[in-house]
Amino acid sequence: MALQTQTTEGKVIAPAQTAAIWKTFWILLILTGIEFAIAFTMPNNHYRVAIFSTMTIVKAFFIVGEFMHLKNEVKILIWAVLFPVITIAWLLVALLLEGGAH
Amino acid sequence: MSEIHAPAVPENLTWTGGSEPMKASYGKLMMWFFLLSDTFTFSALLVTYGMIRFSNNAYTGAFEKFYFSTTHWPVPDKVFSALPFLHGVQAPLIFVGIMTFILIFSSVTMVLAVEAGHRGDRADVEKWMLWTILGGFTFLGSQAWEWSHFIHGPELALAAKDATGNAIDGANLVRNPYGPPAFADLFFFITGFHGTHVFSGVILNILIFFNAATGVYERRGHYEMVEKVGLYWHFVDLVWVFVFTFFYLV
Repeated sequence: MALQTQTTEGKVIAPAQTAAIWKTFWILLILTGIEFAIAFTMPNNHYRVAIFSTMTIVKAFFIVGEFMHLKNEVKILIWAVLFPVITIAWLLVALLLEGGAH
Repeated sequence: MSEIHAPAVPENLTWTGGSEPMKASYGKLMMWFFLLSDTFTFSALLVTYGMIRFSNNAYTGAFEKFYFSTTHWPVPDKVFSALPFLHGVQAPLIFVGIMTFILIFSSVTMVLAVEAGHRGDRADVEKWMLWTILGGFTFLGSQAWEWSHFIHGPELALAAKDATGNAIDGANLVRNPYGPPAFADLFFFITGFHGTHVFSGVILNILIFFNAATGVYERRGHYEMVEKVGLYWHFVDLVWVFVFTFFYLV
């Protein structure tokens, strides 16, 4: 459907490129669906928490990478955002484990 | 005899008005760093939740026999199991699942608006911004219902008992019929702080829609404001993904 549309002023508007956006949407929806299935079938234990945490990070990866276009930014910007977040994630895990959450 | 002298400092290392560090505009870069600082705030709330939760007793019995008590942390499936208009029907996590879907979907319509902005397609930007605003309001409405249901509390026969043995009627910051008072406090603070973000996001989205509809961005020649507010809106969605996992699932 590479049809171009023209506005009344005669400006040419390129066709929409939305395939990647919808693909990301389906990935997020399916991952959430799997989380639901696990919530209802698996007993609550450390493995379940680990699975949920991993899937949440995977979802975050798609939202930040695709929807927020961080993938397309320059490397230094990607790391300027990612490095503090990774450090904070380490701090969260460290505080919880040292605090006796196991 | 004209000789071209190289400047003392190479051009790529100067931050004169025209250059773009990290190949992003000032506004976009600042939005990223603002979101980073907001991440710290939400991380603080998350670790607070973790510490308070694990310093309380966990419920160790069978899932079917679970009961609300101030002496153990509630199982989320048992707290968030109601649906609007379906009183008494046990549907654990279904409503919050619908809320998650609404927010992810409004993130999709937002990214479609950004994409339309790149093409300079004003009609499409307007259309997708309207859908995003609608999604935001639907989410806020759902959250209002969720709060009202939570504050109202479960039926008295099921509610936790206070120190004198009476059933606790309704939740607020000092009493909670579902479990320890801290559970209600964390629920109000975390979902409330996130809801405030959604609310400001909806206001920003309305502004963007208004500007797009009145041709402000068309005259400006680009739709970068849609992209910047889009970053904020996706971040709000991202935070909900974490709240959903750590408050409702784990």
